[in-house]
Amino acid sequence: MSRPEHRAPPELFYNEEEAGKYTSNSRMIDIQVQMSERAVELLALPQDEPCLLLDLGCGSGLSGSVLEDQGHTWIGMDISQAMLNVALEREVEGDLLLSDLGQGVPFRAGTFDGAISVSALQWLCNADKKSHNPIKRLYKFFSMLFASLTRTARAVLQFYPENSEQAELITAQAMKAGFFGGMVVDYPNSTRAKKFFLVLMTGTCIQLPQALGEESERTSVIYTHRREQLKKMRGKPLKKSRDWILEKKERRRKQGKETKPDSKYTGRKRSGRF
Amino acid sequence: MVFRCAVHNMKLLTHNMLTSKCMKGVTVGYPLGIVAKDIKVSETEFNSEFVSRIIPKLDWNALWKAADSIGHSGDLPQQLMEDYENNEEFLKKVHHVLLEVEIINGELVCPESGRKFPISQGIPNMLLNEDEL
Repeated sequence: MSRPEHRAPPELFYNEEEAGKYTSNSRMIDIQVQMSERAVELLALPQDEPCLLLDLGCGSGLSGSVLEDQGHTWIGMDISQAMLNVALEREVEGDLLLSDLGQGVPFRAGTFDGAISVSALQWLCNADKKSHNPIKRLYKFFSMLFASLTRTARAVLQFYPENSEQAELITAQAMKAGFFGGMVVDYPNSTRAKKFFLVLMTGTCIQLPQALGEESERTSVIYTHRREQLKKMRGKPLKKSRDWILEKKERRRKQGKETKPDSKYTGRKRSGRF
Repeated sequence: MVFRCAVHNMKLLTHNMLTSKCMKGVTVGYPLGIVAKDIKVSETEFNSEFVSRIIPKLDWNALWKAADSIGHSGDLPQQLMEDYENNEEFLKKVHHVLLEVEIINGELVCPESGRKFPISQGIPNMLLNEDEL
């Protein structure tokens, strides 16, 4: 299936039919909510403090509901009237704004304690009109976003980059606007669960958060590495053997799939009594 | 066609943060004027911590003028009082004006260019035309 942003501009693509999916399709809702929760986690807001947050490309307000649940007040921006109508129907608490992210973020300086965006940024890379220049639009968006945030705020933007050049283009414009930070890639070993979060910071330098499903720093001794190599030289383990099962489970874990922990019973044969 | 009766409104908190500085030739674009056709007063949960945290961020003058222009300033003082954190009565008044007085239909007016941004169903339309960028 082709990417949605190649089919039509966002204000036309998200028509009533497409917007309806965000209330009826439970799988779509689940994914949106999960990504929003992860984005809020990456925002690293001060604990138990109600904040004022900005939701960029809020759409039907699914991500806003996540913010509400955590006690925050939010303001949402979206370009699609149909999606905002769904948000109206869902009776979200946040205020909504019909506006184009590429035209800037129309708020006073230092307003928000944080900003999130779920699956919206890739739309800015398109030139849907003759007058659109993606680089200029991205720069205007990031520079006005930078101004509207407080100096301790973060912006976490989840998006689906088409290729590495696109991710680079977006990051470069964000850095040019004064942000620093970078990409956090959750579940990098899985094609399906892989998620890109652009974590942007305005204030002091803090270490980037750890991505999920990524191996932590190697703490073991170097010789195990050699042993692994020797093992690999012997070829793949025999099908259905304990090693084969362990390897398969490890692979699933890296992809972020639910996997039972290993135990002494893993891959053990049943006794003949059965 | 089913008529959906969903009511959503723009709070004065949003108005206090909103500018029209995205437009070409507009430098400050603040505060936006309000032409309100429908106003609703609702009741929302009072959170004193949130209100006292948001007050330093507010442009008090703009808030008072906005509330006054739509006739809902009530007995809100024109000047921000000191030591408001512990004055629950005052915080409740601010809460009322910020989060409970809402605009359903009307217009926002850019103070510099006079450009009007329509508000329908509580959603201000901030989309600009190509020649305004």
